Amino acid sequence: MAAGNTYEAIATFTTTTSNTTSYTFSSIPSTYTDLVLICNLKATSSNSSLVVRFNGDSGSNYSNTQLYGNGTSAVSQRFTSQTEGYLSFSGFPTATFGPTIVNFMNYANTTTNKTYIGRGGYASGYVDTSVGLWRSTAAISSMTLYAGNFFDTGCTFSLYGIKNSA
Amino acid sequence: MSPILGIYASQISGHLWAPSGAYDSIATTTVGAGGAATITFSSIPSTYTHLQVRYMGMTSRATYGQDAMNVAFNGVGGTSYSRHDLRADGSAVSAGSATSQGTIDLNYATLGTTVSSYPGVGVIDILDYANTSKYKTLRYLGGVDENGTIAGYPGAVVYASGLFQSTSAISSITFTPQLAAFAQYTSFALYGIKGN
Repeated sequence: MAAGNTYEAIATFTTTTSNTTSYTFSSIPSTYTDLVLICNLKATSSNSSLVVRFNGDSGSNYSNTQLYGNGTSAVSQRFTSQTEGYLSFSGFPTATFGPTIVNFMNYANTTTNKTYIGRGGYASGYVDTSVGLWRSTAAISSMTLYAGNFFDTGCTFSLYGIKNSA
Repeated sequence: MSPILGIYASQISGHLWAPSGAYDSIATTTVGAGGAATITFSSIPSTYTHLQVRYMGMTSRATYGQDAMNVAFNGVGGTSYSRHDLRADGSAVSAGSATSQGTIDLNYATLGTTVSSYPGVGVIDILDYANTSKYKTLRYLGGVDENGTIAGYPGAVVYASGLFQSTSAISSITFTPQLAAFAQYTSFALYGIKGN
């Protein structure tokens, strides 16, 4: 890897069917400082949130503080001790694709719990931003992304790594 | 690598990087066991179009386990700064603003707690930082989530804009916790984004 390449594509996946329930980025290298997930998603049958589990952890170790607007009002809510973490509560619709971008900071450190922050939404429904916590000091080596129902054909998932100068 | 690029902070280990791409790591600081009162990126080269700061931060504040953070450029104080923000604390949404300030105060929940190791995180974009014809603006998205465990201050997500009323190129950025110090493991990374 050439020195100075600080923002790199790690993996990309595009769904080819309309019945994909999850996608997993596995064997994520620990050589970056932050991860950035960029998704453009469309649901098959009904509007769906986007949620995540790290390293296969299904314990009650996830929490999330959210802000969303639905065109009429702004709402904040919190979910604590969940078995999965929201990346985008408003998520993605059936009619159009909706983007979600999430930053996972210091994902490979083994000293602190992991905090991530993202934003998402789609023009016909919602816009949201949220901060999430995974209460684990393990380095994130895999993340599984789930839809409330199904990811439709043509959904894209791209994971990037950002290095710092340390 | 610029020989004058610097990182100033107490108890911080800093490393430099030789930039070569469109998105380059300029400098990084990690706070050591003694904590740090401030973090400063200095001698920032003017060769990029935009800057981005990415951080994971914790405060040494004993009460509540959260802290906010102020941002200043080029060592300038006075009344050069203003900001607007939108805050959501898990139940309420509120907005705030301030004008003619001595810093851009990123309020509410920018730094997390060391008590249970709940870091705050954020991304700060500083646009056209080297332009000498424009005032400088930043955009901030950050927050803390503490699984609802700290009564009264369980976390928040904050979206803010800030203005530095100066046409000088930004050559240094200083971050200062409002009520305590940066705690160990806090990490700030400065990146440069090039244009064509």
